[in-house]
Amino acid sequence: MEEKFDAIVVGAGPAGTTAAYLLAKAGLNIILLERGDYPGTKNVFGGVLYSSVLNRLIPNFWEEAPVERHVSARQWYLLSPTDALSFGFQSQEFDSPPFNNSFTVLRSQFDRWYAAKAEEAGAFLITSTVVDDLLIEGERVVGVRARRDEGELYADVVIAADGVNSLLAQKAGFREELKPEAVALGIKEVIALPTAVLEERFHISGDRGLAMEFFGEGATKGLEGSAFLYTNKDSLSLGVTVVLKSLFEKKEKSVELVEHFKSHPVVKELIKGGELREYQAHLIPYGNRTLLTGLCRDGLLVVGDAAGLVNPTLYYEGTNMAMASGAMAAEAILAAREEGDFSQRSLSRYQQRLEQSFVGQDLTQYRGLGRLMEERPQLYTSYATLLCRLAAEFLAVREEPRGMRERAMAGRVQKEMPDLWEAWQTVRRWYET
Amino acid sequence: MEIADKLALNKFSVDTIPHLKIDQEKCHPCPHKNCTLVCPVSNYTQEGDRVVLSWEGCLECGTCRIACDQGSLQWQYPRGGFGIAYRLG
Ligand SMILES: Cc1cc2nc3c(=O)[nH]c(=O)nc-3n(C[C@H](O)[C@H](O)[C@H](O)COP(=O)(O)OP(=O)(O)OC[C@H]3O[C@@H](n4cnc5c(N)ncnc54)[C@H](O)[C@@H]3O)c2cc1C
Repeated sequence: MEEKFDAIVVGAGPAGTTAAYLLAKAGLNIILLERGDYPGTKNVFGGVLYSSVLNRLIPNFWEEAPVERHVSARQWYLLSPTDALSFGFQSQEFDSPPFNNSFTVLRSQFDRWYAAKAEEAGAFLITSTVVDDLLIEGERVVGVRARRDEGELYADVVIAADGVNSLLAQKAGFREELKPEAVALGIKEVIALPTAVLEERFHISGDRGLAMEFFGEGATKGLEGSAFLYTNKDSLSLGVTVVLKSLFEKKEKSVELVEHFKSHPVVKELIKGGELREYQAHLIPYGNRTLLTGLCRDGLLVVGDAAGLVNPTLYYEGTNMAMASGAMAAEAILAAREEGDFSQRSLSRYQQRLEQSFVGQDLTQYRGLGRLMEERPQLYTSYATLLCRLAAEFLAVREEPRGMRERAMAGRVQKEMPDLWEAWQTVRRWYET
Repeated sequence: MEIADKLALNKFSVDTIPHLKIDQEKCHPCPHKNCTLVCPVSNYTQEGDRVVLSWEGCLECGTCRIACDQGSLQWQYPRGGFGIAYRLG
């Protein structure tokens, strides 16, 4: 007998679980399929969960969810091979609810907790199950084929929440293979450090945490990308992310990237005495992918990383976008159900809502910045190193008039960082008028 | 620390059936052999004029699939419940 559900959700990450949770809560018969032996065992991220959507769905979720620390301070570093130039921000405001909607978490714990909430709401979670294909009749997606006995499952609508590789949409011919310039590889290590040592070293206490981002040659060996270090309760999440195009072109060995970052004098001190606990790798959608198109078909919605919804500009911001898209997909499905119409036209409400929301607006706005950065590889290679050099020059104590040095420095900026010089001139003109 | 030592810390449930396969005929003419560089666990190594693959330490990231532009790599996820099982992802 063929079984039919109201909706099938593929992938129990933040996007899929959010959709399953809301649809189950609305009383629909939902099946949530996950290939890991429990939700989270296949998942890797840097470490900061952005929880504005989650806190709306489950108010004060942090009281029961497995969170590590709330992020009350942030730092950005420019690294030359030996030096570091940094700035940071911390705020007391971030220390009270909702904690600026930023918490370090470990996905193997968080995703499991969150999927259990969807189960509590009535969703039917099936783990250890890979979905290999969409079932298509004519133009319409009618179900999925899971790699198991009696694996053909049918539903009014399927939500592809299968993450960055988005194989389902690819196989069905709805999306192309990821382009090397539109995806980054993240390699991460979790390094254990006794809580007392960690808190003293990073100047944090209680549940407070710190998030650090690193750019420049010292961080990525000159590849387009960045590095990060986030504090958990008694461990650090440290990693390097690089755009695949840049990795392929520069012929760097990716196994060496994390070692290179960890050998920087500043980073070495931060992780001193730490013990490696796990080595991880995962892809990340990177900015300038053909955006917000093809996310709806007859009987199909694509959400989260599968739809490329990550803003990689300031830091990787993907979890809240995944949850927001999952929630909007659920709303569109409820509206489609009222009309008994699951066609692309009806489901495209999802796409419209997404475009109007912070997700669509941020991704569109930052796409330009992404392109600008892509066109300037020097931002990842020489700039951080040059700025460190200038700082060293500026701070050097010697018998030499400062004015002379400053003129020489301005000359170097003008010559070696023409775009930064341009920007500086614009700011100056703006102040002078 | 070598990559093998790092991987020894991870929890894997290794399947006896490989989930990745190389078609040597299509792989052979590949001018760049990028897979041997980009894989974050060095699962691809060049032995003579062949690229050989070990799937046991695969983290299922997908980088090799994108790197391979010769159509010589058959890439799929391992069977449900097999492969990497992160405890601290
Ligand atoms: C190194 C790195 C650092 C990051 N840092 C941050 C950060 O600090 N903050 C932030 O907000 N975001 C960060 N991101 C991005 C963030 O992880 C993603 O945007 C987010 O996880 C997307 O959620 P999702 O539910 O769409 O996909 P995923 O979390 O990838 O979930 C997809 C789920 O589908 C399952 N699945 C996939 N295919 C199948 C299949 N065929 N059958 C069955 N199940 C399947 C997977 O096992 C997984 O559970 C980072 C990402 C990486 C890789």
